[in-house]
Amino acid sequence: MSNSQQTPGIVPNRLPEEAYQDNFSDLHPRLDDHEALVAADRCYFCHDAPCMEACPTTIDIPLFIRQIATGTPKAAALTILEQNILGGMCARVCPTETLCEEVCVRETAEGNPVEIGRLQRYATDTVMEAHPFARADATGKTVAVVGAGPAGLSAAHRLAMHGHDVVLYDARAKAGGLNEFGIASYKSVDNFAAREVDWLLSIGGIEVKLGQALGNGLQLDELQTRYDAVFLGVGLAGVNALRCDGEDKDNVLDAVEFISDLRQAEDLSSLPVGRHVVVIGGGMTAVDAAVQAKLLGAEDVSLVYRRGRDRMGASEFEQDLASSKGVRIITHAAPTAIHGNGAVAEIEFAYTTDGANGLEETGESFRLRADQVLKAIGQTLGDANGLEIDGGKIKVGETGRTSRSGVWAGGDCASGGDDLTVTAVAEGRDAAEDIHATLMGG
Amino acid sequence: MADLHSTFLGIESPNPFWLASAPPTDKEYNVRRAFEAGWGGVVWKTLGEAGPPVVNVNGPRYGAIHGADRRLLGLNNIELITDRPLEVNLEEITRVKKDYPDRAVIVSLMVPCEEEPWRKILREVELTGADGVELNFGCPHGMAERGMGSAVGQVPEYIQMVTEWVKKHSHLPCIVKLTPNITNILGPAQAAKAGGADAVSLINTINSITSVNLDMMSPEPMIDGMGTHGGYCGPAVKPIAMNMVAEIARNEKTAGIPISGIGGVTTWRDAAEFMALGASNVQVCTAAMTYGFKVVQEMISGLSQWMDEKGHASTADFVGLATPKVTDWQHLNLDHITKAEINQDDCIKCGRCYAACEDTSHQAIEMSEDRIFTVKDDECVACNLCVNVCPVEGCITMRTLAPGEVDERTGMVVPAVDDKRTWLQHPNNPSADPNMCIVRGQ
Ligand SMILES: Cc1cc2nc3c(=O)[nH]c(=O)nc-3n(C[C@H](O)[C@H](O)[C@H](O)COP(=O)(O)OP(=O)(O)OC[C@H]3O[C@@H](n4cnc5c(N)ncnc54)[C@H](O)[C@@H]3O)c2cc1C
Ligand SMILES: Cc1cc2nc3c(=O)[nH]c(=O)nc-3n(C[C@H](O)[C@H](O)[C@H](O)COP(=O)(O)O)c2cc1C
Ligand code: SF4
Ligand code: SF4
Ligand code: SF4
Repeated sequence: MSNSQQTPGIVPNRLPEEAYQDNFSDLHPRLDDHEALVAADRCYFCHDAPCMEACPTTIDIPLFIRQIATGTPKAAALTILEQNILGGMCARVCPTETLCEEVCVRETAEGNPVEIGRLQRYATDTVMEAHPFARADATGKTVAVVGAGPAGLSAAHRLAMHGHDVVLYDARAKAGGLNEFGIASYKSVDNFAAREVDWLLSIGGIEVKLGQALGNGLQLDELQTRYDAVFLGVGLAGVNALRCDGEDKDNVLDAVEFISDLRQAEDLSSLPVGRHVVVIGGGMTAVDAAVQAKLLGAEDVSLVYRRGRDRMGASEFEQDLASSKGVRIITHAAPTAIHGNGAVAEIEFAYTTDGANGLEETGESFRLRADQVLKAIGQTLGDANGLEIDGGKIKVGETGRTSRSGVWAGGDCASGGDDLTVTAVAEGRDAAEDIHATLMGG
Repeated sequence: MADLHSTFLGIESPNPFWLASAPPTDKEYNVRRAFEAGWGGVVWKTLGEAGPPVVNVNGPRYGAIHGADRRLLGLNNIELITDRPLEVNLEEITRVKKDYPDRAVIVSLMVPCEEEPWRKILREVELTGADGVELNFGCPHGMAERGMGSAVGQVPEYIQMVTEWVKKHSHLPCIVKLTPNITNILGPAQAAKAGGADAVSLINTINSITSVNLDMMSPEPMIDGMGTHGGYCGPAVKPIAMNMVAEIARNEKTAGIPISGIGGVTTWRDAAEFMALGASNVQVCTAAMTYGFKVVQEMISGLSQWMDEKGHASTADFVGLATPKVTDWQHLNLDHITKAEINQDDCIKCGRCYAACEDTSHQAIEMSEDRIFTVKDDECVACNLCVNVCPVEGCITMRTLAPGEVDERTGMVVPAVDDKRTWLQHPNNPSADPNMCIVRGQ
């Protein structure tokens, strides 16, 4: 440990070696057998279960929990994976407190839901050694899937399972999308994202082509002539700008980039982090950036959001997680200027209030010391490739059909649904089913 | 996935899970839903003679025993046979069988103990296209007061007589359903066999009072201040039912008659256990009444996973595999010695094993000042009580002493594996042949 939490500037090695290991260990470790049985026993096997309804991929939760309770977690895993091929990742990253667990009848009864997410992890972990699904007979049809994030992976897998030949393109050098580059590291430890991708691809019939970007080499027209159908799962490549003075100063970064570097780091102690870090935003990305900056050894981390806590995209659970790690959450403050000589030194905020005409500045302001500012104020669609847009995203119908015949889209880049891993998986799967029906129908 | 296909008396069904004759099979609407949910077959709710149907009470007809967390462990009912007109039931059976030719449809019957009514109803059942009949000699309340149900089932001569009539007047496979309200199940089973029954099914419900209302001083379920004994079923009766199945399967005079196992089947494992003891398939009532028809999905996936793991290609493969292991006490090996062992990593230090052993068994568990619980090998008689009361599954296990090891309690050296001594060779047995007695140095 050459540096400490008090070392000025942006430096690596702020913590003792062991601290990194502890700080970035599994947020929700796997339940052991006894814990799983106790947790599973609490499920009532509800009829037309509300939890199942709340799951974007409609996993048969009562059934898989019953399968765990009767000692057949592998059967439980199949129940999960039939609906959601990334059930392993979703078990780790889903904000269950706002999805299935929020509506669990045990939450209603005693304020303490069945631990659906952790049970899902318990079950799926039992089948990660070998791929459990087989491909149908070859159809002779080919589909291009662009983007190897959750949406693209889910679509590619479902298409391959139906016997189509899939080519999966991604601009990056590694598949996985935000599972690999975005999700907080304590949610996906031990290289789980990459292992899950390998496991998913081992169904066969999916050729992966990395380092190939649509709009930069690949063209939609050309893909359409070469393949029977195209699915786009390109996520959100752009980031919103702060639009305040001094935004271009050094050490003012996009939070997603900061996280992506962190996720790819071989050795966390070698990652430089500021002493005084300020994160701007109120979503999951903001919380993840703030928490991980703190865990890397920043002395103080403030997360500043322009509205109230109830409007934050991050769930209460996520907010509490941030607080428990020592992140200070400041609400009702909007950045007005970034000060510093070359690099950021201070950031100035105006207090805000919810007025009649939306957010208004109160006239009062304050400054925070900052040697690193992380912007997490939302991402935007990159190139729409000439497709019709709706609310800043590619406009799609129920099953992911875009304005262009033969082109489907899903996940963060497509309109409708929350920007969540599980939603991307559902949309990829449903588009694949529609592509399958379309290709086989005539 | 293993093939669960089942053939019972030549009757085919896609799996060995049938719904027992009871409310779940009372009408077309239910049975169609059951088949859609995946049940392999049904035994239609018991039909009576033509004419005005029986009348049920119009107050509560069920009582229940709950375990922790209100888990339903035992159900008791005072319902009679179907209270819907015979013609309506027969029409519905005809329609359902026609629409579900691959499922087993058995018709349960109970008419007065005279040849003519049996001849008559059999003629009508044959016209429905049903696969077989089940004779309800088991209903323990109401119908028994009218000389039917268990009033027949408790008199072997009647069982034989009625079974003979049924075989004489119908070509349909005939299953005789036995009542457990009898001291020895072999009598009725033998009578059924002698009468020409193709199979027996068991058990029907057990005479019971589930609770007493202490304010009204009346048994429950309470009808206008009074109650009557009901028929008990559900998980609580499974051990009783399994013993009766095993007795029939292993007894010379009854062995070989096909058995349909009934009583508390709730999970795949319960079914596998019944089948291992000699039942060719199982029937289920309470589990469906507690959790709905969907519960069969866990039975299907669980049994199929287990069969795959064990390498059983068909459900017939494991029927009766445990039957030869059911024996009389006198044939058990008295030189087989085990000792309880507590896994300190799993132990949560509740002290239940200690209380049980110290107060009610053999004072063989030691408790240290700091609540470490250990087994005293020189006191432990291996009764298994601690294993059964420990809240952590697998925390206390039984270790078998290997040949050559010394039992610290008795000083006896464990003999070689093939050198076993049962009560018949034991010197303490006054009626043992002294020449056959084996004395061990102790
Ligand atoms: C920091 C962060 C934390 C998050 N945490 C959570 C969480 O805990 N739980 C949760 O449910 N959700 C979380 N999310 C949201 C979740 O990650 C996304 O909703 C999900 O990954 C969307 O999947 P996708 O497949 O649509 O897009 P992405 O995962 O973004 O994948 C898109 C893929 O397309 C590729 N691509 C982009 N453009 C092109 C192009 N032109 N040509 C070829 N390939 C291209 C990209 O390289 C990428 O691999 C988080 C998001 C972020 C940013
Ligand atoms: C409400 C109720 C009604 C029943 N009616 C009949 C019946 O009409 N005929 C019959 O043979 N058995 C009847 N039974 C007994 C069941 O078929 C079955 O033998 C018994 O419930 C044990 O199985 P289980 O533990 O799975 O419930 C009835 C059981 C219940 C709970
Ligand atoms: S809502 Fe809760 S109790 Fe009901 S099925 Fe879902 S997990 Fe089980
Ligand atoms: S289960 Fe249905 S029929 Fe029975 S008492 Fe309740 S509401 Fe009435
Ligand atoms: S009952 Fe089980 S958990 Fe409790 S003290 Fe004994 S061994 Fe430990």
